[in-house]
Amino acid sequence: MEYFAGEYDIAIIGAGHAGCEAALASARMGCSTVLFSINLDSIANMPCNPSIGGTGKGHLVREIDALGGEMAKNTDKTFIQSRMLNVGKGPAVYSLRAQADRRSYQIEMKKTLEKQENLDIKQAEITEILVENGKIKAVKTHIGAIYEVNSVVVTTGTYLKGKIFIGDVNYESGPDGLFPAKMLSSCLINLGIKLMRFKTGTPARVSMKSIDFSKMEEQPGDEIIVPFSFDNEEINIKQVPCWLTYTNENTHNIIRENMHKAALFTGEITGVGPRYCPSIESKITRFADKERHQVFIEPMGLNTDEMYIQGMSTSLPEDIQLLMYRSIKGLEKVKIMRPAYAIEYDCIDPLQLNPSLELKSIKGLFFAGQINGSSGYEEAAAQGIIAGINSAQYVKQKDYIVLGRDQAYIGVLIDDLVTKGTNEPYRMMTSRAEHRLLLRQDNAEQRLIEKGYNLGLITQERYDRFLQKEGKIKAEIKRLEDTILAPTQRVNETLEREGTTIIKTGVKASDLIKRPEITYKTLKEIEGTESTLTRSEKEQVEIRIKYEGYINRQIQQAQQMSKLENKKIPEKIVYEEIKGLCMEAREKLELIRPISVGQATRISGVSPADISVLIIYLEQLSRKK
Amino acid sequence: MIGKRFDREFILGGKMNSSYTIDDTIAAISTPLGNSGISIIRISGERTFEIIEKIFKPAKASNRGEKTYTIKYGYIVDPLKNQKIDEVLVSFFVKPNTYTRENIAEINCHGGLIIAKEVMETVINNGARLAEPGEFTMRAFINGRVDLPQAEAVIDLINSKTTTARKASLKQLEGKLSGKIKEIRSNLVDVITDIEAAIDFPEYDIEEVSRKNIEERLRYCIVEIEKLSKTYFQGKILKEGIEVAIIGRPNVGKSSLLNALAKKEKAIITDIPGTTRDVIEEFLEIGGIAVKILDTAGLRETTDKIEIAGIEKSKQAIESAELVLFMFDGSEEINNEDKKIIEIIKDKKTIAIINKTDLELKLSLEEVEELLPHRRIIKISAMNEKGLGKIEEEIKELVFSNEINYDNEILITNLRHKRLIDEAKSSLEEAVKLVSNSISIDIVSVVITEATNKIGEITGDTAGEEVIRNIFSKFCIGK
Repeated sequence: MEYFAGEYDIAIIGAGHAGCEAALASARMGCSTVLFSINLDSIANMPCNPSIGGTGKGHLVREIDALGGEMAKNTDKTFIQSRMLNVGKGPAVYSLRAQADRRSYQIEMKKTLEKQENLDIKQAEITEILVENGKIKAVKTHIGAIYEVNSVVVTTGTYLKGKIFIGDVNYESGPDGLFPAKMLSSCLINLGIKLMRFKTGTPARVSMKSIDFSKMEEQPGDEIIVPFSFDNEEINIKQVPCWLTYTNENTHNIIRENMHKAALFTGEITGVGPRYCPSIESKITRFADKERHQVFIEPMGLNTDEMYIQGMSTSLPEDIQLLMYRSIKGLEKVKIMRPAYAIEYDCIDPLQLNPSLELKSIKGLFFAGQINGSSGYEEAAAQGIIAGINSAQYVKQKDYIVLGRDQAYIGVLIDDLVTKGTNEPYRMMTSRAEHRLLLRQDNAEQRLIEKGYNLGLITQERYDRFLQKEGKIKAEIKRLEDTILAPTQRVNETLEREGTTIIKTGVKASDLIKRPEITYKTLKEIEGTESTLTRSEKEQVEIRIKYEGYINRQIQQAQQMSKLENKKIPEKIVYEEIKGLCMEAREKLELIRPISVGQATRISGVSPADISVLIIYLEQLSRKK
Repeated sequence: MIGKRFDREFILGGKMNSSYTIDDTIAAISTPLGNSGISIIRISGERTFEIIEKIFKPAKASNRGEKTYTIKYGYIVDPLKNQKIDEVLVSFFVKPNTYTRENIAEINCHGGLIIAKEVMETVINNGARLAEPGEFTMRAFINGRVDLPQAEAVIDLINSKTTTARKASLKQLEGKLSGKIKEIRSNLVDVITDIEAAIDFPEYDIEEVSRKNIEERLRYCIVEIEKLSKTYFQGKILKEGIEVAIIGRPNVGKSSLLNALAKKEKAIITDIPGTTRDVIEEFLEIGGIAVKILDTAGLRETTDKIEIAGIEKSKQAIESAELVLFMFDGSEEINNEDKKIIEIIKDKKTIAIINKTDLELKLSLEEVEELLPHRRIIKISAMNEKGLGKIEEEIKELVFSNEINYDNEILITNLRHKRLIDEAKSSLEEAVKLVSNSISIDIVSVVITEATNKIGEITGDTAGEEVIRNIFSKFCIGK
């Protein structure tokens, strides 16, 4: 039975991390939005690690926050442990990571969605996207309800034709025992979309009371908590620890002896898994010399006994899993609550997308999250907010938002996906960003808030707060540049104590901060006055002064590159016509259809010579006009 | 030179030659102008065979059409005047398996400037355009036939004047230079990998490399880069030759020396047409090195305008020369004119030449030593061709005094490569400084990456994905 169920501007298919951000963004931008989920109790679920952030990923979360997204705020509401990683390696790579209470995270996100104006949430499996004349018309649910919409964002995560593998057992399933989406794949194929098959996995959840923590190393949270959202200056909670233990020779022997039973090695799994998230059987095969591997025990939340065993995802049968886990110190009597599994799912080849995340071949159809071949909640959410924004821009017939590689990790992430494609689930890493000193997690707000504000995703109140904060930071920097410190005994005693050379003539306060040994805090000690700045304001003053030279250098490099980014390629370019392109370049350019010469330079198989040819061709075109 | 066109600005679209097109047909005389036995006119492009059809009459009437890798005998005829120009052989190369990946024809006509020029004119009048220097290689490059270092090496090959330089060019084509550069680069990528793995996966038990370790590895790379950079002087000499200026007051025998040297050695090109008569250039090959000898106008004080201009040119020649042969007339005492000229050259690498030793020696050697301290003094008789061997030895020593054996080593001969290598070196030196000054590792890594990408520019590699790949193959990470 089919029936007309309603009209919306935008439909979002899937309410995971991408879907939630997409729905909130489009609704907040004033578009009537409907968000579908196979099960409303699975909204914003974390079927793997109960944690948000980490290197590169933490940067993404802060950028989402600066654009007016929800992930940072929701994490701040529900985290149970927080750590700033890489302190000591430099501000560009500081990375915030929090353990979240998985269930609270879901509940809080659901509440936010429910309260959101312009947004309806519905439990349904979307089986079909109806397209007419290359334009979106409607979506259809498994029970025949038809919703007429102008735009669709597909955020189906790992649900498409999901298949779970545990040893020699496999069955169709979404993650965490939820129903898979079996129908939508064939609809996508019918729409001419090329699908790929990826694989990922998750370790077991075990019972806390069956673990002997006295044999493990405790990993506490940071003493001073840095919140994810720029809107939260300070959060004080009682944190819970994580625990560290190790595999041993015995563990490895059990795995080796049973390797033939692992689904990964029986040839059952055809999907491609991520390199950074190998199963334990892959680890001991590929790194046979390593005597032990780390195992982190992470709490799933405050109101549950379930613990996550990070470092030991596996496709081995459940009985072997138990043997293997029990061979580990502290886990001798462990009881499994949910077994580890590997999961295979359909995703699309992201090369079919424009940097707006819109499908090249169908106007108004957007994709975000794991379906684009990425991995991770943060990567999903980052794409989600952009897809949501651009879906709304499409409905409003406004220009798409595309963030540059020099503007945001989100820009790097999407550009990598739609330009280079991926042959494994894509994870964000700081080493993927060429302008890393510019894309710091501490300055995400400075980089992006104006965009969020202009789109209507950041309130006037918050934007004013930001401007005020910026004013204070700049004034303090100016003051430090104008302050000359005399070589008094007190000054030099402090300098000596900090292990840096003493001064003999007057020195600018800002120049002292540039010394690696001197922090803003020591400077204030020297000055003998209390600072009125907040923690994050002090941090900004220090970073901006200390790294000014390097930051400016990267700004220059970014500007050079942006020349090519600004050289746009007309949408209707015919690569067949361009003489002098090598065959491979022609094919790749035709396939990816980059929007700028800058994007073209990053396509593999397109050589500098091809770029010269392309530039020459574009030059000729523009002269003909 | 074409090499300049391929610099970064060109590729990145910064500065572009706007007159430049890539789909017309080009032609050029591809043999050096001079008294060679034959000249070759090369034509490349879409209209090549159409042009040949118009201007070439095969000896056998049936012998029409073009098959690749064939040669036909016949005549070049000016179709307008219906006049035979020359008896020629035409080679046909049908695309895509040609040097430029376009249709190519090569007309082998009789040597001598006039005939080659007439054939060339006929080709141009019938639809080809005169090629820019190196444009054939550029097309080969644009059409994906050769990569960037290869293209540059081919260009150098075209320009190389002597056999030794040809060797250096060939080695580069074979990828020895690329190999060395890649080796240095991969060392740097390893350093970055170690740093980045610890940065991107701080939770895992990756052993963090110590600053000392990073510093040592960077220093090693700096040394290797320095070695490479040093080869440029030799490379440049091998490619461009060394410039030697003969100077001295009028009538000390400068031209006689030049003539004597030219007679003894094989003169490569004599009196390049159009160059000023004030400075005569002569190319000689001494021990496999191209030596450009500049015979300068006599330097003396004068009010004659033309002569003043000539002297100005001589001073410029001195400026650019790597070596000065300062000539004295041994049969006369040193006079004020000699001393004035010595003033001009006192900072240059100089050999004192005492000429006319066939006559009675009137000049004081002590005085020469005083005027030109620590310089080698060679006595010769240009007229009798005596002592010339010593001059040649001195020139050779100058080039090869470097500890690097030019024949076995990899040479940098291209200015762009040299520039990139030097830039990489200074980035690495900066990185070493940052490492030892405890500057945070995120910045150190950025600076090392800069250096790595500079080196990669030579071979067309960028770090990005390679570092990530290395991280995963070297370290066991992941949840």
